[in-house]
Amino acid sequence: MKKFVALLLAALMAVSLFAGCGASGDEGTTPQTEATGSASGDEGTTPQSESTDSANAGSEAPALKIGMTGPLTGSTSEYGLAVRGGMEIAVEEINAMGGLQIEFRAEDDEADGSDKAVSAYNTLKDWGMQIFAGAVTTGSSLAIAAETVNDQIFMLTPSASAADVAMTGPNIYQMCFTDPNQGASAAELMAQEWPEAVIGVIYDSSDAYSSGIADGFLSKAEELGLNVAVDDAAFTADNKADLSTQVTQCKDAGCDMVFLPFYYTEAAQVLTYADTIGYQPTFFGCDGMDGILNVEGFDTSLAEGLVLMTPFDANATDEATVSFVTKFKENNDGKIPNQFAADGYDVIYALYDACVAAGIDGNTPAEEACQLLQEQFATLTIDGLTGKGMTWDENGMIAKDPAAVVVTDGVYVPLG
Amino acid sequence: MKQLLKNKNSRTNMITYLVVIVAYLIMQTLNSMDMLGSSVRGYLVPLCVYISLAVSLNLLVGICGELSLGHAGFMGIGAFSGIVIASLLKGTVQSDTLRLIAAMIAGGAMAGVMGFLIGIPVLRLRGDYLAIVTLAFGEIMKNIVGNTYVGVDDTGFHFAISPTKMRLGEGGKYFINGPLGATGVEKLANFTMGFLLVMVTLFVVLNLINSKEGRAIRAVRDNRIAAESVGINVTAFRMKAFVVSAFLAGMAGALFGLNYSAITATKFNFNTSINILVFVVLGGMGNILGSVISATVLYILPEAMRGLEDFRMILYAVVLILVMLFTWSPKFKEATAVFTGKIKGIFRPGKEAGNNE
Repeated sequence: MKKFVALLLAALMAVSLFAGCGASGDEGTTPQTEATGSASGDEGTTPQSESTDSANAGSEAPALKIGMTGPLTGSTSEYGLAVRGGMEIAVEEINAMGGLQIEFRAEDDEADGSDKAVSAYNTLKDWGMQIFAGAVTTGSSLAIAAETVNDQIFMLTPSASAADVAMTGPNIYQMCFTDPNQGASAAELMAQEWPEAVIGVIYDSSDAYSSGIADGFLSKAEELGLNVAVDDAAFTADNKADLSTQVTQCKDAGCDMVFLPFYYTEAAQVLTYADTIGYQPTFFGCDGMDGILNVEGFDTSLAEGLVLMTPFDANATDEATVSFVTKFKENNDGKIPNQFAADGYDVIYALYDACVAAGIDGNTPAEEACQLLQEQFATLTIDGLTGKGMTWDENGMIAKDPAAVVVTDGVYVPLG
Repeated sequence: MKQLLKNKNSRTNMITYLVVIVAYLIMQTLNSMDMLGSSVRGYLVPLCVYISLAVSLNLLVGICGELSLGHAGFMGIGAFSGIVIASLLKGTVQSDTLRLIAAMIAGGAMAGVMGFLIGIPVLRLRGDYLAIVTLAFGEIMKNIVGNTYVGVDDTGFHFAISPTKMRLGEGGKYFINGPLGATGVEKLANFTMGFLLVMVTLFVVLNLINSKEGRAIRAVRDNRIAAESVGINVTAFRMKAFVVSAFLAGMAGALFGLNYSAITATKFNFNTSINILVFVVLGGMGNILGSVISATVLYILPEAMRGLEDFRMILYAVVLILVMLFTWSPKFKEATAVFTGKIKGIFRPGKEAGNNE
């Protein structure tokens, strides 16, 4: 009996190996044109893609293939799943409108900065992806960015915020603020609103996002002559379970303003601990802080008076946000979307608008789409959930107004 | 040759080399005929890296009997020193291959030196201290590299462990940029170098195992007191195995680092170490060909299961557990013995199938 089970298992393993390969191949070949589309995407041979175009001239254009990678499993899966959720809603809406159809596929990159990320991207490439709407995390994006430059695939990342990502190549654009810019605007805002504050900075030195913002903030603060009393209260991903030392350090230095450029899970800890030791400075967060009011088991009254710079507010009452939040909750077991989901949603709409304007459809080879989209994004202006009148500079970095809000009675209220 | 094949050890070794060479030739032919998809082409180099990591760890775990939980730490040292060396040599050495080889040797040497330094106090102890220390070492390395800033500008080479202490001038370039890791790395690695790395690793490990040193190392593993009593210097032989293993891991790391345009220190964490250890354990401790095969299968498996979407990592874990249960169950071993006996019987007619070794 065991022998039989063992054999069965071995057979299953073997089958699953091939099934995995087969599945990706199958999906790519449903309409014949897509298979040829992917081949031209791989090799970049123009003659082949021309023959595809002429073959398809009579038939209806296949769906535009947009791929995304992000952490869908593991400790950072929250961000990847949020982006995917946001993107899926946008794709559903666009496909329901008729006209240009989008085929969307998300692959898991496990937030890895090397082999897993590249192989997730390669899987999408084999599938015939024309436009890349990833990756979610900075590390993965950096590893993939150079690949997209080689392959000439347009990349618009929803949330990879390091400046290096956009600087990798001319075909790479960002939907979120770059870290140094966000740090600098935080410093400007503080200089404007709290010029006398004694400032403490706590950051995660093992995280590119957090240290990027802190770095940008500190250099701008020096320039503006802000009074930064604590600039070395760093922690790493390995010891973030307890941030009491860093909070105490700020308290002892007499800081009445604490800058927290990291994600809300750690921020919730900081706020809770500060409350237990009776320390009540003004806490100041960045876009990663959005979501703090929805942390399970967190007493939201502790977040009263918290200032944060977020492009997205799930409690906003404008029509677009309300409809997005409702749909997201329906699809995701009642989860409230954070700025990652909103960024994902905006990415798909930005790509859609640009594709419609440039006449890109499922038949356009990836290289050609990449060229056309670069021309489009130079002049494109988008109104989305995360900002109005968003434009991109020549490096591919976004320009949108940093909106600061204060948590008052459990909701965001615009600062000022 | 015939004499060589009669010896069971050298026969197994020949099979190991043959399997690797044949696999390389098949993949290379398919690649040159453009029959591989991008994802399969993408696996080739990391696969070679993981195979050499598994083989080098097997030298330590299977042959020397020491548990190391920080193999990824050595890999990381190799990766980052390899990247720095390759970038520094950019102006002076023209050939990409030579630069890659120099980077790999430098990466290996750095890892080897670190291994030696750790080994001095730890390998004198009995018990599982090596496991504890290597575990800590891997984590320390990850955090140090994650806070290291290395770069050049017009004024020369810069090194700092805090971003505020390091400001490069105009046109300066970071090799390692703290938590962002190494970015904008020139991709020098290719499949042929990966294959050569596997061959070098196999050559070093297999020859070491079957040499005088190898027998001494195994003697230390099997019975330390008996080995000491016949005059074997226990610490020295364990050290040899440890340093060789670290050196090979460093080389593999350098190749890995130079295969991607960006790499972060967090890649070389505890999980990666355990992953490599899983390859070794499931392939069979002390079984080199087993390590090669299990590294291949277990590296490809989660990638091949991408069709299962969100369930793939769960299934990967389930597969690992089942493989562990079944390959180690006596019933399964009996079954495979009967099976291999039958196959051998086909090649040697006239003998009873079950009677072969």
